[in-house]
Amino acid sequence: MSHLVLLPVLAPLLGGTLLLLLRDALPLSVRRWINLGTVAAQVGLALLLLEAVRGGDILVYTLGNWPAPYGIVLVADRLAAWMLLLTALLAFFALSAGIQGTDRGGRHFHSLFQLQLFGLNGAFLTGDIFNLFVFFEVLLLASYGLLLYGGGTERTRAGLHFVALNLVGSTLFLFAAGTLYGTLGTLNMADLAMRVAETPQENLGLVRAGGLLLFGVFALKAALIPMHLWLPAAYSATSAPVAALFAIMTKVGAYCLLRLGTLVFGPEAGPLRDLYGAWLLPLALMTLVLGALGVVAAPGLRRQVAYLVVVSVGVLLSAFGLWSASGISSGLYYLAHSTLAAGAFFLLADHIARARGDLGDRLNPGPRIPRAGLVGALFFATAILVAGLPPLSGFLAKLLVIRAALEGPAWPWVLGLVLASGLLGIVALARSGSMLFFRADGGAPSPAAGGGLLALVPPVGLLAACLVLLVWAGPILSFSQATAEQLLRPQDYIRAVLGPPTEVDRP
Amino acid sequence: METLLSLIVGVLVGCGVYLVLRGRTFTVVLGLSLLSYAVNLFLFSTGRLVIGAPPVIAEGVSQYADPLPQALVLTAIVISFAMTAFVIMLALKAHAELGNDHVDGRPGPGDGT
Repeated sequence: MSHLVLLPVLAPLLGGTLLLLLRDALPLSVRRWINLGTVAAQVGLALLLLEAVRGGDILVYTLGNWPAPYGIVLVADRLAAWMLLLTALLAFFALSAGIQGTDRGGRHFHSLFQLQLFGLNGAFLTGDIFNLFVFFEVLLLASYGLLLYGGGTERTRAGLHFVALNLVGSTLFLFAAGTLYGTLGTLNMADLAMRVAETPQENLGLVRAGGLLLFGVFALKAALIPMHLWLPAAYSATSAPVAALFAIMTKVGAYCLLRLGTLVFGPEAGPLRDLYGAWLLPLALMTLVLGALGVVAAPGLRRQVAYLVVVSVGVLLSAFGLWSASGISSGLYYLAHSTLAAGAFFLLADHIARARGDLGDRLNPGPRIPRAGLVGALFFATAILVAGLPPLSGFLAKLLVIRAALEGPAWPWVLGLVLASGLLGIVALARSGSMLFFRADGGAPSPAAGGGLLALVPPVGLLAACLVLLVWAGPILSFSQATAEQLLRPQDYIRAVLGPPTEVDRP
Repeated sequence: METLLSLIVGVLVGCGVYLVLRGRTFTVVLGLSLLSYAVNLFLFSTGRLVIGAPPVIAEGVSQYADPLPQALVLTAIVISFAMTAFVIMLALKAHAELGNDHVDGRPGPGDGT
């Protein structure tokens, strides 16, 4: 049993606790370095874990050595390691933007940041549904704190909606977990996957209801239509580093849909097979359309980027909704690309908004931005990346999604809507770009405008990470293909958690 | 007993949903609390309802209560308690910053009381 699986959960918990206890003892600059060091350590741990599971092993950590399904397990497979690495990378750049002033707004930024990572990492690693709920609550509670960080009326109003919605979501999660436990008698995902196939006829409706309740909860987290309305307000109102970190939050919902959809309600679930399949693709495509309309209609740049996140959720879940190896594989590549690109865009939008003084990010002609050439070039690159134009990774990701869709019967819908939403995105971003950079009337920017060049380092880092995705597309795609195949073979996961079928004590 | 419990859970959820959909933060907080009471009772019943049975192994006992839902309910109670405290503070902050207790921060026309 390798302790490596536990470390990505333990590191942020200990780091966050340490930062909480030392918040008065250490000056801010030291705490910044401790936090940055802990996040960098998580990048390293995620890389180690990825290396350990790359060959197809599924590592299981039984806490307290209580055997599954009675004890609590953490499970690291390719998907979990991929998500951990992505989270740690995004967090590193979001934090390096956050330490440039955002963290002065209160006393707990650094501990909240680590606790957010604790919840995220735990949600990706946990092997049972109730702990998934607990880690969701941890990450949500930290996200409430981060979202409201710094205060302000707009933030408070968006935060109130976010908190109330997610509390209702948590209640639904508990109802779903209770229903599944009441009918199947277990909360361990691998055990659920085995028992769901043997559901007696009279319980079929209850299990279906429980599964679909879970679908609703994850759809709320992933901002799937019709539960996407919280996202644009929350993401555009919060501070930029937090919004960049939140780019991974919608992906938690997508991860859970993929995990439960392939494992518990996967190909071997008997009558409940493909429970999510009928819902995911149509809803994802509708999300795509509404998100694209939101991008066009948005009055400010930050809100526009938030709607671009909704669009990326639509594309991502359309790819997952194909439930084929190539669909899931292209979705995993798109997931990494869209998360990093959205993070970069939020940071860049904040830089532009601050450089324009009182006008902020509203899309009206305004003063000239200092270093407009450099910022404009970065905006151009990010826009191309997000809109999915060649030659950057956005194009490759969308191409893969479309190619995967061509294998299925739904290809006209996916092809048409993905391309149309891309077109709307290009139109909207071109308009924003010309408004922000070309129609600047040459008026002097406000004296306090913008940060230094240093503020551009985190978004450039995230763009460089997207470039890595493109340059090493070959190895990354063969990894994501292997991940998809592993997900569509849930027996491996079940065997890794519960042991060979004969050893399992089945009461 | 089953009928009674399911009725209680149903009524609590109904009231909770109604209150959550109201326009004032105070009723929303009350609604969220009722929903969490309902889900706690519901979780408790998922281990089947038995009276006077021990949850851990004891001598000369053949019928047991399921201990797992009890542990789950404890966790859920702690979390919902913390969340309620947080949302009350947030509602107060919203009232202080936005100047009214409407969930959107603006009292609409004809939205009395």
